[in-house]
Amino acid sequence: MSKVMTILFSLDSNSLLNGSKEYEEVMKALVKDHNMSEIVEIIETGSFGFYGKGVPIQILPDDLYYIVNSSGDIKEIFEEHLLKGRTVGHLLVEPYNLGPANLSKFKETRIVLRNVGFIDPNKIDEYIANDGYKALALALKMKPAEIIDIIKDSGLRGRGGAGFPTGLKWEMTLKSKSDKKYVLCNADEGEPGTFKDRLILEGDPHSIIEAMTIAGYAIGAQIGYIYIRGEYYNSIQKIQKAIDDAEKVGLLGQNIFGSDFSFKITVRPGAGAYVVGDETALMESLEGKIGRPRLKPPYPTDHGLYGKPTLINNVETFANIPWIILNGSKAFKAYGTERSRGTKVFSLMGNIANRGVVELPMGTTLREIIYGFGGGVANGKGLKMIQTGGTAGTFVLPNKLDTPVDYESIKNGISLGSGAVLVIDDENCAVDVGKKVAKFYMHESCGKCTPCREGTREIHTLLDEISKGAGKVEYLPRIIELAREISDTSFCGLGQSINIPVISLYENFKDEFIAHIGAQSCPTGVCEFEKAKVKVRSR
Amino acid sequence: MDRIQVLKGKIKDIESTEMEKGDMILSSLHTTQELFENSIPIEAAKIISDEFEVKIERIYELATFYSMYSTKPRGKHLIRLCESLPCHVVEGPQIAKKLKETLKIDFGQTTKDGLFTLETTSCLGICGVGPVMMIDGEAYGNLTPQKIDEIIKTYREGEK
Repeated sequence: MSKVMTILFSLDSNSLLNGSKEYEEVMKALVKDHNMSEIVEIIETGSFGFYGKGVPIQILPDDLYYIVNSSGDIKEIFEEHLLKGRTVGHLLVEPYNLGPANLSKFKETRIVLRNVGFIDPNKIDEYIANDGYKALALALKMKPAEIIDIIKDSGLRGRGGAGFPTGLKWEMTLKSKSDKKYVLCNADEGEPGTFKDRLILEGDPHSIIEAMTIAGYAIGAQIGYIYIRGEYYNSIQKIQKAIDDAEKVGLLGQNIFGSDFSFKITVRPGAGAYVVGDETALMESLEGKIGRPRLKPPYPTDHGLYGKPTLINNVETFANIPWIILNGSKAFKAYGTERSRGTKVFSLMGNIANRGVVELPMGTTLREIIYGFGGGVANGKGLKMIQTGGTAGTFVLPNKLDTPVDYESIKNGISLGSGAVLVIDDENCAVDVGKKVAKFYMHESCGKCTPCREGTREIHTLLDEISKGAGKVEYLPRIIELAREISDTSFCGLGQSINIPVISLYENFKDEFIAHIGAQSCPTGVCEFEKAKVKVRSR
Repeated sequence: MDRIQVLKGKIKDIESTEMEKGDMILSSLHTTQELFENSIPIEAAKIISDEFEVKIERIYELATFYSMYSTKPRGKHLIRLCESLPCHVVEGPQIAKKLKETLKIDFGQTTKDGLFTLETTSCLGICGVGPVMMIDGEAYGNLTPQKIDEIIKTYREGEK
């Protein structure tokens, strides 16, 4: 029976921390106490996409959003809106005030996030009702090569950061001859400032299962693994439930849709190592070893997990697949730019007014992302710099705000990477920021190769000295030289990428670095000079 | 010792869910830590190495490579504060300072009563509400020094 009113609560990890679960419980109790459970439905859904102050809830069919800051607010909404049918004006927000300004709301495109914030991720029925598993049904009627042609034609490229053409990867794995193949979902999201995969896994887990199953059929695999960060407890739980539910209704397991295709998916947690985000290191880790990258070639498409051909894609890449199968490659190509088709889910954080995720066509400018969706710099401060693509990405000055962001924008000094957009205001110090970047590399270096293991430590030590006022002028060229050398000689993408953040930061803030040397204090007052030696922690 | 027996039983269960050789070793180490003060002691490592037929050195290698594992006993509650740049620029260092003051320990140390171990972690992927930390499996966001007081107090009172 259909209910008269629906209230949506977003229960992804970010919203939970803002208190959404607590507010949901209060609302549920009120509804129950007033014997209104028959007419009011409370739905738990994924992220609405933004995190300002308070928790947004949506009421249907009125299609209103309220921002809730306390249990009292919930009571007021219940008494006024639900009981008396009166809108609570002072808690009401216009949808366009929730984050996206009109300008970018207009551009917001939901392919990857098509269900996130709209359906209850815990209910497979809701996914199915929104065309879920329809792409799988269609795919199982096609030949594997036909599916791959659609993906190839769509121009979809890997969303994990490297941007390898997805269809080509699928084709290579299909062509590899083997008795056994694997499909692997890289959900080891560790690039600092990136939380899109978490929100996809928590907001629409079935889209990943459906996509992996399609991939399994297309390349001829029987087993799928989702390798997910050990710290992502909430995501692990949600994806596991989705797998169990899909198995129960026969959308996963033996003879899917009555075909002779069988596919199994299991989840494996990681244990805290950024380097495992590298596809070959991830395979080592999954096999129960320490996560150190392998020499390539051979590539995973030939020699991957347990030495078998393996297709490995990022969560966001997979989330695109069912949509492309359903809507066709042409519809997908309508979004984005010539060499970067489709959309990108950007994670916005740092000193920005509205933190959250937003899906925009490839080629959207930083200004549209930061000022359109993000509401600009928080607390009225000045924009000092932006780091795009994660900690391994470029530092960008405000004069590049109008550059479109896509796979090609690295030519203009802007990484797309994982789609992280970190806004840094003018109260931060460039040296301090650099030190944090160096510490990250130092901590996450796996130790396999010397340039990365020793070099990242050396850069950190030099920056640490500078930040304490003990820097010497010759440290600066040394840092740049080290960054270049580590990048040139490291074994894997981790060490190879260190030149990107370190050199872009230095080049943009050379004066500030120099101003730390031989000075009495840090220009922005962030670094503490002449204090007792702080021990450099290493783990 | 009881716990060893419990672990043996659990490892056997875990092993039965193995799809391919070795793919449950990391999970079994997570389970071990739940039983042994957030750590992997040598007697537990032996059981895992026997059960999965891998050398004990490999278990040691895993326990020291991955940051979620420890070979030394840790406190009952594990506090992991994010120290990545997105949390750093939104007053993360203030929270680090406050945690050290409140617990009277430095990062990497355990309180005298064995209740808390303080650690840093790389990005936890909840940057929408930074600065963030996790206590065991529970995440806390939008941290302020005041909130730290309240959270730590709740855990301490939970022990009484």
